[in-house]
Amino acid sequence: MKPAVLPRHGPRRAKLLVVDARGRITHHAAADLPRFIRRGDLVVANDAATLPASLAATHVRTGEPVEIRLASRRSLAPDAVTAFTAVVFGAGDYRTATEHRPSPPALSVGDTLIVGPLRATIAAVHDHPRLVDIRFAASVEEIWAALARHGRPIQYSYIQEPLAMWDTWTSIASQPVAFEAPSAGFILDWSTMRALRARHARVVTITHAAGISSTGDPDLDRMLPLDEPYVIPPATAALINRSKRRGGRVIAVGTTVVRALEHAARRTGHVRAGCGVATGRIEAQTGLLVVDGIVSGMHEPGTSHYELLRAFQEDDALETMAVEAEDHDYRTHEFGDAVLIERFARVERLGLDVHGDSPLNECGGTIA
Amino acid sequence: MTHRPPQQLRAAVTGGTSGLGRALVAELLRRGARVAFVARHADAVRRTADELHGSHGIVGDVSSKDDIYPLALQITGTLGGLDVLVNNASSLGPAPLALLADTDCEDLEQALATNLVGPFRLTKALLGSLAASAREGRHPIVVNISSDAAVTPYETWGAYGASKAALLHLGRIWDGELRGEGVRVVSIDPGDMDTPLHELAVPGADRGTLKRPEDAAREIVDAIVALTAASPAPTIEPEVLQ
Repeated sequence: MKPAVLPRHGPRRAKLLVVDARGRITHHAAADLPRFIRRGDLVVANDAATLPASLAATHVRTGEPVEIRLASRRSLAPDAVTAFTAVVFGAGDYRTATEHRPSPPALSVGDTLIVGPLRATIAAVHDHPRLVDIRFAASVEEIWAALARHGRPIQYSYIQEPLAMWDTWTSIASQPVAFEAPSAGFILDWSTMRALRARHARVVTITHAAGISSTGDPDLDRMLPLDEPYVIPPATAALINRSKRRGGRVIAVGTTVVRALEHAARRTGHVRAGCGVATGRIEAQTGLLVVDGIVSGMHEPGTSHYELLRAFQEDDALETMAVEAEDHDYRTHEFGDAVLIERFARVERLGLDVHGDSPLNECGGTIA
Repeated sequence: MTHRPPQQLRAAVTGGTSGLGRALVAELLRRGARVAFVARHADAVRRTADELHGSHGIVGDVSSKDDIYPLALQITGTLGGLDVLVNNASSLGPAPLALLADTDCEDLEQALATNLVGPFRLTKALLGSLAASAREGRHPIVVNISSDAAVTPYETWGAYGASKAALLHLGRIWDGELRGEGVRVVSIDPGDMDTPLHELAVPGADRGTLKRPEDAAREIVDAIVALTAASPAPTIEPEVLQ
């Protein structure tokens, strides 16, 4: 499949492929999404805004230019912006595909990187020489100001024009904690949300720090996704659990939402409010506890996103989906077309008894 | 995540280094809100942030398209969300005031950019944060600072009056459209105040006859507190506030 090459989003132009609970495939316009949402369903989206996570920097010891891509942080607290895990690229920009970018100079603990007015120190080098922890020596306000002025959204070589920050924020973008856009959420414009409300389906949100999707380096990509902290507001958890009790479906918008909700429910089968770090992958063998359907971008076989879809549907249906998407010229990637995949009806729910809502998981730490 | 007391408002004010904007920042801080403010000049932002302890100063120009997302990023980033956006920054248009036929097109464009398009862009960029506040059970609002010139066609106030009239209308439409999201958009006319903008428009006016910006700020924050209070439902008719 071809990637979408223009940063256009919203449902007006995109297509929507639907795989229903019996594995049948139909083709629609993305603006038709509300037709497939039923009264009492809950649509859960990720309201993270996207950080301008790509920073042009100078590696002081060698004087060489590098690109820092912020990739992960431990907490979503507004003032937790002094320390990040980052991937460092050599000179060049997005016009060169990441797999062809030169390596940065050898990075050592204690090295200084200069980003505009900011100084960052390398605090740790991970199992890969380009994956580092950095620490900014500045106040929280100064860091936000420098990110706003000197950061750019992570760019994609297949997009024809450089992405601006407004290209990477969904309509519901709120806290700037995602490193790449939670792009499934582009389907939700305000008129779609209004149409969902008119159908008595609610849109609720979690905040999930969607991490970088690919670095062009196979060794690094095997280490993805990095830890992705999330916050599930008490109101969202309560509505999800109530909806499940009443037989409504939970439709996740984006893979990040699936990962967060399933992680938050993994102990008891019902969603716990609060903070956590989504660890672990979701794949064919994963028994889904919460999510009944997923709205996602179009992803090709072999990617981790595609693997996650296998938790929803039999391989036959997904293979047919890939063929039909190719035939109907669906576009992949961040600004491409969408799929709605309902969970295959034969996939049995675990017989967990769901009583009430569990207490708030305090946000100071993370769920182990 | 930092846990806030439930009533602590997160507010952003544009044009926060002088006149009504600065008084609003001070008043919101006095009431216990967390406040970020925006203004164009780095020196004035730094000075105001030092003087109004606890406020977050952000440098940017709401009339510039390229500044909007960086501003939204810093506002929602530093405050950890947003409950109140006050679109206060205003441009008079030509100074001194001029007949419309003598008004340079550029001055009209500047008034529209600052008073209409800027508030539209910034509100749109922050709408996700405001809607998130509503989903948390709060009552987020956008306050557009209006003027009697938005309603009455005063001669020589053409650029300012037309831009403020358009902002008032925009606010009314948006308020209707966003009710379902739990976000209110209100317009408040603070009256004639002793501010740099008024001095620019009416040089040498008798300052004794003008309202102090601090008094206007107190009234506006009273309205903000009433409108954002959890219960009972607000009964204030915002457009007649004066």
